Amino acid sequence: MAEPARLTREDVAHVAALARLHLSEEELDLYTGQLAQVLDHAADVASLDLAGVEPTAHAMAVTNVLRADEPRPCLDRDEVLAQAPSVEDHRFRVPRILGEAP
Amino acid sequence: MTAPRPALETATMVRAGEELAVDVLEHHLAVIDAGEEAVHAFNLVLADAARDQARAVDARVAAGEDPGPLAGVPVALKDNLCTRGVPTTCSSRILDGWRPPYDATVVTRLVEAGAVVIGKTNMDEFAMGSSTETSAFGTTRNPHDTSRVPGGSSGGSAAAVAAGFAPLALGSDTGGSIRQPAALCGVVGMKPTYGTVSRYGLVAFASSLDQIGPFAHTVADAALLFDVIGGHDPLDSTSLHRPTPRVLTVLDDGVDGMTVGVLTEFLDGVDPDVAARVHQAAEALAAAGARIEEVSVPEVALGLSAYYLIAPGEASSNLARYDGVRYGLRVDAEDTVAMNTATRSEGFGAEVKRRIMLGTYVLSAGYMDAYYNQALKVRTRIIEGFAAAYTRCDVLLGPTAPTTAFAIGAKVDDPLTMYLSDVCTIPSNLAGHPAISVPFGTGDAGLPVGVQLLGPALSEGTLFQVAAVVEAAAPALPAPRLTTGAAS
Amino acid sequence: MTSGWQMVIGLEVHCELRTATKLFCGCPNVFGDEPNTNVCPNCLGLPGSLPVLNQQAVELAMAIGTALHCEIRPSTFHRKNYFYPDQAKDYQISQYDEPLNVDGHLDLPDGFRVGIERAHMEEDTGKTSHSGASGRIHGAEYSLVDYNRSGVPLVEIVSAPDMRTADQARAYVTELRAILVASGASDGKMEEGSMRVDANVSVRRSADAPFGTRCEIKNLNSVRSLGRAIEYEAQRQIALIESGEAVVQQTRHWDEGTGRTEALRSKEDAYDYRYFLEPDLVPLVPDAEWIRAVGDTLGMMPAERRARLVALLDEAGGASEAQRDQVTTVVDLGLDDLVVAAVAGGVGSGLALARTANEAATDADAARALDPKSYLELLQLEADGSLSATQAKAVLAELFARGGGDPADIAREKGFEAMSEDSLAATVAQAVADHPDEWGRYREGDDKLAGFFTGLVMKATRGQANGKAVAAELARLRG
Repeated sequence: MAEPARLTREDVAHVAALARLHLSEEELDLYTGQLAQVLDHAADVASLDLAGVEPTAHAMAVTNVLRADEPRPCLDRDEVLAQAPSVEDHRFRVPRILGEAP
Repeated sequence: MTAPRPALETATMVRAGEELAVDVLEHHLAVIDAGEEAVHAFNLVLADAARDQARAVDARVAAGEDPGPLAGVPVALKDNLCTRGVPTTCSSRILDGWRPPYDATVVTRLVEAGAVVIGKTNMDEFAMGSSTETSAFGTTRNPHDTSRVPGGSSGGSAAAVAAGFAPLALGSDTGGSIRQPAALCGVVGMKPTYGTVSRYGLVAFASSLDQIGPFAHTVADAALLFDVIGGHDPLDSTSLHRPTPRVLTVLDDGVDGMTVGVLTEFLDGVDPDVAARVHQAAEALAAAGARIEEVSVPEVALGLSAYYLIAPGEASSNLARYDGVRYGLRVDAEDTVAMNTATRSEGFGAEVKRRIMLGTYVLSAGYMDAYYNQALKVRTRIIEGFAAAYTRCDVLLGPTAPTTAFAIGAKVDDPLTMYLSDVCTIPSNLAGHPAISVPFGTGDAGLPVGVQLLGPALSEGTLFQVAAVVEAAAPALPAPRLTTGAAS
Repeated sequence: MTSGWQMVIGLEVHCELRTATKLFCGCPNVFGDEPNTNVCPNCLGLPGSLPVLNQQAVELAMAIGTALHCEIRPSTFHRKNYFYPDQAKDYQISQYDEPLNVDGHLDLPDGFRVGIERAHMEEDTGKTSHSGASGRIHGAEYSLVDYNRSGVPLVEIVSAPDMRTADQARAYVTELRAILVASGASDGKMEEGSMRVDANVSVRRSADAPFGTRCEIKNLNSVRSLGRAIEYEAQRQIALIESGEAVVQQTRHWDEGTGRTEALRSKEDAYDYRYFLEPDLVPLVPDAEWIRAVGDTLGMMPAERRARLVALLDEAGGASEAQRDQVTTVVDLGLDDLVVAAVAGGVGSGLALARTANEAATDADAARALDPKSYLELLQLEADGSLSATQAKAVLAELFARGGGDPADIAREKGFEAMSEDSLAATVAQAVADHPDEWGRYREGDDKLAGFFTGLVMKATRGQANGKAVAAELARLRG
């Protein structure tokens, strides 16, 4: 398997935006260096030839865990909304949403 | 300070009416009062609520009822376990003050067993760390030498038990976060088979790796706590239906006829004083009738790299929900995206941000195959490697951590070096296997050393059995003095 | 459609499942409750919460797969990661490369086959409402979120891009809705959002040309909007291409008011969802027995029901175009069992069908609630001449109003007796006498005038006459 290109500053800026994180210029430099180091170390994994090996997402192989379609008690709305940063009309209030959902 | 009374004994006495739960609690609250400033094990001590719980336990005993196997025993909870109406912060500013409207399943089981929840313990922020230094509320200090770290991420729980603040504590272990601090603080810490303890109410870090487990002074106490919290939970889809092994009953069965494999890869690059204790433990097991073999599982060498791809990947998704909308910190802004960004940038510490970005990167388009999926394949190989070892051995033996407790501040600026602390513990998380750290004397500077026993899935019974023998042979540990410089 | 161009249409339909509780938690799945009263740690995305899959949702999803002739496969759940206020965890649990149902088809009533690529399970989002007069996102100062809908089970049904006309798209949605209702999976209430349609539209110059760049159109709240939007979008794309520009792949919003699609302001074009296997769930592997059980309990689908009625009409001599429309109406409204029962009870299929499509259909809910025996009795009274058509309709209306009853008793209460033969003959004779010209033409073979005379008699008797009896009398007089 070909090794991926080394992590760049642009990559970090891109994923920071994807993850809704703001980084200062200094932070961008610092994190790029640190993350690149970690990924260099992880390169031994990326470069292994593991064709034919099945990925294991779950250590314990279980299937078909289901529950009956029966109502369970809901949370008390006041208790929930008391923890909310901003409430109006029994709903969670957020500042303007600029775009539709992707 | 005399050796603390085992939880098993306390519960027996409380159940029998020979000791009052409120007295047990007051004793521990006094110890906390005297030592907490030096140690900072807790984010929150729940003195009043605990008194209510203790009184309730005593009332039940007085009424002729049995409060349960943990009657009157104070238990400290890592602050990523949801406790209804009680702040659960994960030692992060983004959840500062958040009160969950529900209890984690393990908390419910503890309380039903008669335990008294004494407080929420400090941790690395969102369980990301190996020293508790990434906590937003200040680090916890190792009770054996307060200039040193207690380990992490469950440093507060480990320290609380080590310092005598509570006989039992719960932590969570994703890459070693119970076992490593247990080793550094000189207490017993155990990570169960994945799926044996419900994760419902555990704030998720890496979902396919996280497990809740016990801290205690003795193997028997750890077994007692494990027996209470383990078992199927319909609220957790990854919870196993197969019966969780009951371990308290097998502790005295000994190791005669068992084969213990000393894992050679784990001894690579480990401090000599730590390695020495591992060999000493092996000798003790041999003396008790076990056959000792050297075993190689070369695949574990890839564990660290695979872990630092899988765990951040899952974490980056699990931590997306902290967006300032429904709970926790909100930093206001003109629009929602700006609000999310400002909130998360201010609310998360550097290590959390690092891992979120790393995880986002390894999951993102174009990199998924090279990194994340590869890591999942490495996991398969590790499981196979262990399986091969377990055809020859019942359990494996090795160090828990490569060093004893390091100085506060020593590794905090070098993430990669910090990550290397987990090299002996990570493979068990990847495989979903149980493992336990047992204190075994001290290292060169008089600091605690832990040795680790590993077993295949659902082998907790065997694991505890062997751990009991190791414990019986362990050199005595000096009592923690809650000052800098360990007793030599 | 502008000549020289062909539309290519694929539809994505999101269907809310009729379960008692949400997909991954036990909160009630109910429309219209007070905001944020049907929520729990899971559907609010609280820290520490975990999903557990609803068995009934799986069964309904399998029923949909069966009804759409899909292959039902072992499947897994994935996380689709993106930030949005109505997404409680800021990821959606969905199915990605291993969906439950694949490779099915839906046949339109005219027989045209539309491929179904997949029908997978996923959870719904909460609902946002926007401040400001328009209630639209643009220009709103802030928004409010209600998580009652968060976590409601959805099946997303993705068609192959097989449709070529707006009519086909409309027919597809109509038929799919009928299937979803018939399978018990959905209540089909598009107006309540329990069925949502997005259209993917592109154009090409000929049927052999490769597919053009497509646009996705959202906010289609009715079958009618769907048709209009598709037509508009196709024309828009054609105009672009003909003027030398390229169609940009984008998501567009249908504005019912202006009758146009508009590009949405989205910040990222090809969004990186970072799909990965949901670690909190385990694979779903329905075994053959379960799949068979679901198939066995699945009722008759609309296509079968229509075929059943057409067969009855064929036995009686064939189905006209108008009758085929009546068949569709009757099946759509779930009234076909009434027709079948009536025919089994000896009523002519034409009458049973007409009365059901025209009269019973005016209050389909009431009709469905009727005891089929009462309905059959009523039709028999009309069929044997005891009641005229007008009288029968009146009795039916009364049955609806009362929520049931005995048709014969109601007829008596209303004083509906059949006209005596003599008075009928007299009334017919009078009409004949009053219109000698028309009578003459009728006698010479202008059969259409039978209707003219029947109308006169009906008017004279205020609807009491039995149409068939009048026709018989006219024929007898003619000789």
